[in-house]
Amino acid sequence: MFSKILVANRGEIAVRVLRACRELGIRTVAIYSEADEHCLHVRLADEAVCVGPAVSTKSYLNIDSILDAAKRTGAQAIHPGYGYLAERGDFAKACEADGLVFIGPTPENLELAGDKLVAKKTVHAAGVPVIPSSPTGIDTPQEAERIAQQIGYPVIIKASAGGGGRGIRICRDSQSLLEEFPVAKMEAKAAFGNDEVYIEKLIQEPRHIEFQILVDRFGNAVHLGERECTIQRRYQKLIEESPSPRLTPKMRRSMGEAAISAARAARYFNAGTVEFLVDGEGRFYFLEINARIQVEHPVTELVTGVDLVKEQIRLACGYPLDPALEELQLRGWAIECRINAEDPDRNFLPSPGTVEQYRPPGGFGIRLDTHLYQGYELPIYYDSLVAKLLAHDRTREGAIRIMRRALEEFTISPLKTTIPLHLRILQDPDFLQGRFTTDFIKKFYPDEEEEED
Amino acid sequence: MSSPGSSDKRVEVRAPMSGVFYRRPAPDQPPYVEVGDFVKKRQVLALLETMKVFQKIRAPVEGTVVEIAAENEVPLKDNDLMFVIETP
Repeated sequence: MFSKILVANRGEIAVRVLRACRELGIRTVAIYSEADEHCLHVRLADEAVCVGPAVSTKSYLNIDSILDAAKRTGAQAIHPGYGYLAERGDFAKACEADGLVFIGPTPENLELAGDKLVAKKTVHAAGVPVIPSSPTGIDTPQEAERIAQQIGYPVIIKASAGGGGRGIRICRDSQSLLEEFPVAKMEAKAAFGNDEVYIEKLIQEPRHIEFQILVDRFGNAVHLGERECTIQRRYQKLIEESPSPRLTPKMRRSMGEAAISAARAARYFNAGTVEFLVDGEGRFYFLEINARIQVEHPVTELVTGVDLVKEQIRLACGYPLDPALEELQLRGWAIECRINAEDPDRNFLPSPGTVEQYRPPGGFGIRLDTHLYQGYELPIYYDSLVAKLLAHDRTREGAIRIMRRALEEFTISPLKTTIPLHLRILQDPDFLQGRFTTDFIKKFYPDEEEEED
Repeated sequence: MSSPGSSDKRVEVRAPMSGVFYRRPAPDQPPYVEVGDFVKKRQVLALLETMKVFQKIRAPVEGTVVEIAAENEVPLKDNDLMFVIETP
């Protein structure tokens, strides 16, 4: 096992990883920027190294400075957390070149996961269902019509250079496709400087459901069940749960098998997530592989009893998967609410400042992952995620009741947070019945635009 | 700050919250405005980045930019002065 690990991140996820290391008896090195001297992760580590100024590009993304800190402190491995350098193939390679173990997938895995089209082709070849689309860009309305007939209406026209939901047109029949096609092309040109468009099947009533996987150096792979991540705002997840109220045991089995096939096809290593869309009729489609530990990993930890960060470290060290993981039974129901320092009443504007009064919830069934403490001043430079509150009980209804009670207890004053929004969602009849799709949040913010002007 | 005897009105534009002040839309592009520029109401003057969210700072009135009080890429506190605009 490693004797010293450097944690190349900040905030709640750095705290999370440091705790796992401490429990494994591994000494720890934290890194921090000039703005983060008082952040909790710095206090919890055995050593801490300042790696640069407040701006992330000069500190938490500064590869040279981080590698230098690892060498100077004698760390043997680096855990990247999520975000920042977690999915950068060049960083994983640079670690290897310096004789440091990158705790995560291989550089090749990171490159494949980063190229969504190649990833889609790779897993499709292994028999995993993907969203039907034109194989390449399309030039003429006639060609578009021919392909739309093959994949079936409704279809969407998407700009190849687009992203984040921009440059999308929905066509329900061939007439609207013929009308919209030239307009979509012109729009793509104007918005992205590239008029290439392609056609994809529209997934109706979509839900976002992902599977946690673990793979060892010997190619043994398991999945640890799913996470339901459909409750989102602007592609940012708000609430996650495991299991998903949508999946039947049969769907869980076939999606779990597909997740493992995807991992094998990608020659994946270590912990990862295979994301799927599930449509209104229960068909599922591969979206992408997230080659990192995810923000919402604790919901899986609660229902499986497996510490995923410790598993990442063991796998990176070359240990084989524990065969007991094959026999895991999911236990009860877990829900996570992401607490962001944002004002839900003012278009989710960030709410920086000092935490003057801090009263965290506790009690039966509660887990709280956070870097907050009384007197902590939130820097303006970093993400607004300040806490992940989790509830676990034998049933979904029980977990929701625990979560509501805990949200009501939680005081982070005077910051504005997403706590009041979570309380509203947890009383919504559709949410309570587990009936929702990715546009659920529009119910609460019907006038919100997809993009600002 | 208003100059006595002048009929012009000086309007201050202050930071709506703390954040990093950017005068340019991107590092390789020219600033949104310079001192002496005439700006229309709601024209973008600068960006303010707070916790990775960018807000556009818009002119509250039509007029001439007579002062740029904040420096590019420097963190501001809530209510710090950013611009002074003189209305015609």
